[in-house]
Amino acid sequence: MDFPLLIGIFPQVLLDGLILGFMYALIALGYTMVYGVLEFINFAHSEIFVVGAFVGVEILLTLQAAGLLEIFSPFLVLLVVLLLGMLASGLLAVTVERVAYRPLRGAPRLIPLISAIGVSFFLQDAVRLVESIWRNAFNLVYPTMDTLNIRYSFTETLDVSVKSLVVIVASLLMLWGLHALVNRTKIGKAIRAVAEDQATASLMGINVNRMISLTFLIGGAMGGAAGVLFGVQYSLINPYTGFIPGLKAFTAAVLGGIGNIPGAMLGGLVLGLLEAFAASYLSLLTGGAFGAEYKDIFAFSILILILIFRPKGLLGEVVRERA
Amino acid sequence: MLDVRDLHVYYGEIHALKGISFRVAQGEIVTLLGNNGAGKTTTLKTLSGLLAPRRGDVLLNGASLAGAPPHGIVLKGITHVPEGRRIFNRLTVLENIEMGAYTRSDRGIAEDMERVFAIFPRLKERRAQVAGTLSGGEQQMLAIGRALMAKPRLLLLDEPSMGLAPVLVEQIFETVQAINRQGVTILLVEQNAAMALSIAGRGYVLETGEIALSGAAADLAGNPEVRRAYLGEA
Ligand SMILES: Nc1ncnc2c1ncn2[C@@H]1O[C@H](COP(=O)(O)OP(=O)(O)OP(=O)(O)O)[C@@H](O)[C@H]1O
Ligand SMILES: [Mg+2]
Repeated sequence: MDFPLLIGIFPQVLLDGLILGFMYALIALGYTMVYGVLEFINFAHSEIFVVGAFVGVEILLTLQAAGLLEIFSPFLVLLVVLLLGMLASGLLAVTVERVAYRPLRGAPRLIPLISAIGVSFFLQDAVRLVESIWRNAFNLVYPTMDTLNIRYSFTETLDVSVKSLVVIVASLLMLWGLHALVNRTKIGKAIRAVAEDQATASLMGINVNRMISLTFLIGGAMGGAAGVLFGVQYSLINPYTGFIPGLKAFTAAVLGGIGNIPGAMLGGLVLGLLEAFAASYLSLLTGGAFGAEYKDIFAFSILILILIFRPKGLLGEVVRERA
Repeated sequence: MLDVRDLHVYYGEIHALKGISFRVAQGEIVTLLGNNGAGKTTTLKTLSGLLAPRRGDVLLNGASLAGAPPHGIVLKGITHVPEGRRIFNRLTVLENIEMGAYTRSDRGIAEDMERVFAIFPRLKERRAQVAGTLSGGEQQMLAIGRALMAKPRLLLLDEPSMGLAPVLVEQIFETVQAINRQGVTILLVEQNAAMALSIAGRGYVLETGEIALSGAAADLAGNPEVRRAYLGEA
């Protein structure tokens, strides 16, 4: 076995894993926060993510067509794109809840789930329809910006592009911001109170429906941010791009303990890292018997093992309930 | 202040409240007694907006509460301490207390928090602790302290003594009296009829969704029927 190589690629693999993990973490927050307040899996969340990515690409393509893309600072452009993507996805998530979930609030559990799957298909095809009419294409490529593609070589095996740094910094800021919002602000505490006990929260004067909308807004915005960052990092998007990241982010949310916000962050990172390490090391360690294409099998086997031993997830709540 | 008129409440087909009427005047402690399943909790839940009556009305200072959501009723000055405490287990003690003050944004919040801590010093010691790990008695203190943070004019208490040791029951009832002396009107639901009647001015007895008896607390405590059914006399 080539030990120097194994060690040499380590930083690069770690970096790739972190980027992927942050992406999963951002998306997973939307699943876990909604589950926290409604005990329901929002299967349309992967499309909320995709809409963020499309809003981002549309703004960038429009700027590019107008010849404005390289005029402004790329960081400023990205910031604006990110914020608009978050806004669009957040508002879309709120709308979806109002239209497709709230009327079914009292219905048996499976019903809103079916509704979510319906919304998911609807949004995929809506994006496809709009882009087909508008651009005559629905496989879109994020325009590149020169500054973002600059790469810094740290060692022979580690070089980091500016855009990767942007993705990491933006993800960290958002995860930190969300953590602060949920734990330190009155509204964040109210969301947690609603997640625990809606009736009692309403007795505190909390407007439960408003908090549920807010949860969708925040979760949706995180998903939209992930969509933009996904586009920036991996370039190619289409209306069906959300499926795999969505599924993995959902898995990450379960891994961390569904309903648990720090859990979603941790679960995302663990899954991203597992996947990156499996992709790079599997074939090296098995002498080529298992290639990178086995990464998901490997990553998910580990997940299953973790869940066998911790069925409530890594940070799943084991709160004593007292009478 | 509170005027309940011919309230009918159903759970599906179950007719839980069959036309009850009662009043609570400003500054009173009124107790609502009754056996398990009589409809006491149902009454309080209807007053705080968690349940909607099918018929009848609740007037607060002359204005109907019909159709008001629970969070709207809190704003009108009614705070409900639910049966079984229902504190937020995953929030800290301090966060629970902050949620009690959710509707407020005035400068008096910190001061009121100190007042709650003065009544229940135990809560101050444990303010950073996750509330789910408190003992039952401490949880009841938290539930009452949290409700006081809303600065209610009318406090609805659902069995505050449930599951507590006698010393603690004593302390909780003293606290209720102290809160009342500060000008908070109280509607107290209790199974511990002796205690409730000892601090209340008036009382009502609910039996299977109807008001069977009512009167001054002293009269009720002397009523042979009440003594037999609720005060454990043979
Ligand atoms: N969610 C519900 N669904 C159906 N029936 C209910 C529900 N809640 C209460 N009931 C019924 O309504 C009646 C009144 O219940 P309620 O909880 O008001 O009684 P209570 O006087 O508070 O009793 P306790 O002293 O045991 O707390 C009971 O017959 C009860 O079975
Ligand atoms: Mg009851």
